[in-house]
Amino acid sequence: MTSDLLTDTAAGLAARMAAREVSAREVVDAHLDRIEATDGDGTSDTDVHAFLTVVADTARRHADDVDQRRVTGRDLGPLAGVPLALKDLFTMRGAPTTVGSRILEGWVPPYDATVTEKLRAADVIVLGKTNMDEFAMGSSTENSAYGPTRNPWDLGRVPGGSSGGSAAAVAALQAPLSLGTDTGGSIRQPAALCGLVGSKPTYGAVSRYGMVAFASSLDQAGPFARSVTDAALLQSVIQGHDPRDSTSIDPVRVGRDLPDLLADLDAGVEGLTIGVVTELQGEGYEPGVLAAFEDSLRRFEALGATVVEASIPHASYGLPAYYLVAPSEASSNLARFDGVRYGLRVDAPTAEEMNAATRGAGFGPEVRRRIMIGTHALSSGYYDAFYNQASRVRRLIANDFATAFEQVDVLVSPTSPSVAFPLGDKTDDPLAMYLNDVATVPASLAGVPAVSVPNGRGAEGLPTGLQVMGPLLGDDRCFRVARALEADLGLDPVPSGANAVAPA
Amino acid sequence: MVTTVKEGWELVVGLEVHVELVTTTKMWCGCLTHFGEEPNTNICPVCTGQPGSLPVVNGAAVRAAALIGLAINCSVNETSQFHRKNYFYPDLVKNYQISQYDVPICSEGHLELEVEGSPVTVGIERLHMEEDTGKSTHLGGSGRLHGADTSLIDYNRAGVPLMEVVSHPDIHDAETAQAYVRELQGIVETLGVSDARMDQGSMRVDANVSVRRPGEPLGIRTEIKNLNSVRSLGRAIAYEAQRQIEVLEDGGEIVMQTRHWDESTGRTETLRVKETVTDYRYFPDPDLVPVHCPADWVDEIRAELPELPAAARARLTDAGVDEAQAAALVGTSGMLAAFDEAVATGADPRTVANWLVGDVAGQLSTAEVDFADSGITGAHVGQLVALVDDGTLSNNLAKQVVEHLVADRGSRSPAVVAQEEGLQQVSDTDELQAIVDRVVADNPDTVATIRDGNTKAIGALVGQVMKETRGQADPRATNELLRAAITP
Amino acid sequence: MRRPSRRRVSEMALSEAEVRHVARLARLDLSDDDVAELAPQLSQILEYAEQVGEVAADDVEPMVHPFPVTNVMRDDHPAASLPRDEVLSQAPDAREDRFAVPRIVAEDA
Repeated sequence: MTSDLLTDTAAGLAARMAAREVSAREVVDAHLDRIEATDGDGTSDTDVHAFLTVVADTARRHADDVDQRRVTGRDLGPLAGVPLALKDLFTMRGAPTTVGSRILEGWVPPYDATVTEKLRAADVIVLGKTNMDEFAMGSSTENSAYGPTRNPWDLGRVPGGSSGGSAAAVAALQAPLSLGTDTGGSIRQPAALCGLVGSKPTYGAVSRYGMVAFASSLDQAGPFARSVTDAALLQSVIQGHDPRDSTSIDPVRVGRDLPDLLADLDAGVEGLTIGVVTELQGEGYEPGVLAAFEDSLRRFEALGATVVEASIPHASYGLPAYYLVAPSEASSNLARFDGVRYGLRVDAPTAEEMNAATRGAGFGPEVRRRIMIGTHALSSGYYDAFYNQASRVRRLIANDFATAFEQVDVLVSPTSPSVAFPLGDKTDDPLAMYLNDVATVPASLAGVPAVSVPNGRGAEGLPTGLQVMGPLLGDDRCFRVARALEADLGLDPVPSGANAVAPA
Repeated sequence: MVTTVKEGWELVVGLEVHVELVTTTKMWCGCLTHFGEEPNTNICPVCTGQPGSLPVVNGAAVRAAALIGLAINCSVNETSQFHRKNYFYPDLVKNYQISQYDVPICSEGHLELEVEGSPVTVGIERLHMEEDTGKSTHLGGSGRLHGADTSLIDYNRAGVPLMEVVSHPDIHDAETAQAYVRELQGIVETLGVSDARMDQGSMRVDANVSVRRPGEPLGIRTEIKNLNSVRSLGRAIAYEAQRQIEVLEDGGEIVMQTRHWDESTGRTETLRVKETVTDYRYFPDPDLVPVHCPADWVDEIRAELPELPAAARARLTDAGVDEAQAAALVGTSGMLAAFDEAVATGADPRTVANWLVGDVAGQLSTAEVDFADSGITGAHVGQLVALVDDGTLSNNLAKQVVEHLVADRGSRSPAVVAQEEGLQQVSDTDELQAIVDRVVADNPDTVATIRDGNTKAIGALVGQVMKETRGQADPRATNELLRAAITP
Repeated sequence: MRRPSRRRVSEMALSEAEVRHVARLARLDLSDDDVAELAPQLSQILEYAEQVGEVAADDVEPMVHPFPVTNVMRDDHPAASLPRDEVLSQAPDAREDRFAVPRIVAEDA
């Protein structure tokens, strides 16, 4: 019974709770037990260490409340009672938010993120806050100040990042759903490495209010799930216009509703044109990754789609542009962590020295690197060559996407050039780590939606992901294509293998 | 005559004026902009820079900025953008200030001023929107920044909308600088968008001052801060110009620096030397989208512009009010409206101007009360003039009525004051005749002198009558009755 | 995928002095070891990033916002503020209902 609760989908659990076959409290307890059994505190190499904070009491109270309201016949949302793991950069009143950093250690935010409010309104039950690369800067979750998270498929490997905790929690059956954030691939890449579905919505579809900012013009929150339907359900809950976020898409202003992610989810790919991005494959991608990707392309064709070559001519400039734009914005966004209003303070005789000492001690190496890069890229004499030029490249890439979508319905590529790599493999080489994002940053820069869906196994039997990119507000199309592949592949999302997390 | 700097030198001044807007809420959040409240009570995630919070532009502030821009003859740019100005300071919650950079909301305008009777035009480079910072209090070091060991910060003011108006370096004497600031004050007050109080910091003026030999390129400038009044501005510019000239004439060099005006010593002092231009790393704020001001919207705003000070002054002088009084009426908060209200009751414009700028302003000044807070209305002044016109009040009595209006903040109308304080003129002939008869009878010597041809001596008898009536006798009637009684 | 050779010295390379300058701007305390480690790392990253100069002529409008909208504004209506004590409770040092910091040396901008 318990193991069945853990492996079921969110949609399945919700249906069983609606039918009163199982209570929300039982579902929540089963997952809290699973966390207890598998998560640890990161000190053992069998600890998944997906969570930084578990709010067991709050979760149980919320579950009881959902059960009570269900008894009284209240109309509850489609995900009511379903547990969820929340990346530790969404503010949630009453629980610490660390963003994986020492500099925010002990901070209890005085307000809720819009996403947190939406989850509560939908009666989705937050189990806790998940581990991440500090300030979402990283692709392996090894940059967390609180120790790395391990990949449930192979505990000696990274789960990807920066939302590695959220990905690992769902892969390890600690929660059926989780939320991450994606700035240059931080949902899609860990989804690929953990054998999950992960979605980065159209920029502006989900409010950023209450998400601790990394790079404001790129950050988007999105779901992880073990099925496409679950991911689409969760994204439906969190998307929507928020007047507190000026960049949130207002359907009235845009003259267009946010997409209905569920209506055509099972419509299949027959008749669709799928463009394979020439620039996002080949050299640098592992053979196993490419083999799995090509197998999926054949499946799309077999399912009735037209698969064509497509080009994002400036895609190869995506990574350098990204590694200028994102650090530039970050250098400014992270200036507020100065030891004055919240978080860490390292004492010093003057305010200026206190600021510098606090920031020097509170930020880890990767965050410092990016603050330095960004500060330099915006500084006098370098702005034009770096920040501004990168913003121009960004325009070219967005134009490339717009042009491509005149010919094709969606674009596809491998999500990540490799399967999950061993812990410590790339920590000494920042640039090698950045190259993990090569396939994901173009969509981030253009603001277009992209979904990573499991795509067969690569090296060592580890998961790989296929990325489906759509035009702005074409999130529904991405899910639909992902769903068709998922159904055709019929992969088991539960980790297996010699070094996998213990079975449920 | 304007104050000139030493012969052979030219003064060059540019002004940066910050105006705090009186919107209900802050620039980016719904916190109130109220002043004088308990520290840190008007704060929220946005204006304390909590991680994850985001700014949303206050539309009323944009509207106010466009209004000011049009009033100072700027063009409103069709598209403008907010930028981040990055620098660290504890009163700046995000350690960047959201401001505008290469595309401000308004560009290139001018103000036409009258300085000592001559027309002067000062060019305006730009008007941009930004946010105010928190307020620091310093512990130790007798409350000053230097020597303090701890500073305490109140973020109530953080995020209050600010407009910055930057002039061209078109100003060549202290009086023009003062006239420019007064004009700007008058404009924002007329528009109702700011209190524009330099003493309270709702208007802050920084002066960039340099000197040069005429015809030479611009000299190195210093920036003067801490100017708390228009008077300080004038004094500081004059002092700084003289200081720079002395340095240069002694063979020294001017160092680019920020200087602090010390009102008590009447000197500017070095605050800090700018070794290099601060690198603010401006870049477009990705949290805020561009502001679009289409032409039809700008026209709509333009149509809402009220009568501006320059136009009001012209209207008053056309109505016969003299220039100095017109300037005072327009330049004193609330006075122009009172003038118009009084004139609307039928009173003569010149007479109304005389009362307002003369006795009313004079007595308020003695009592240290602003006209705007005085409770004295245009209706009061209109009635006062009417009471003088119909002979109920003499000029002297009317002045006494003004004293009462000032003392009790206009809580009673002039008619009520006159009645309750017994200030009406005695022009009842029977009553006055009896008093005149008694005075004539009581002063036989004076009467004899007058009858001997010393007609001026009648003044003494008028004085006696006034004394008996406690000043309320109608002077003209008294004169007539006395003459009749004395004439043999 | 391209990546630059690690040995190539680009004009975009950062000296240790430049690293210290940037750290001052960013208000980051760095040890000498940090600086020594960062200088080549940052140089390598910047050298890689420098590629953006190879494309996009000046006439390409830089893109700041992925989803183009303008004039997102609020009405001037008050919203609830936060309880002061809750906000101050997060401050490393608060006194007299204010946020406390040690002596400020520099003047503000």
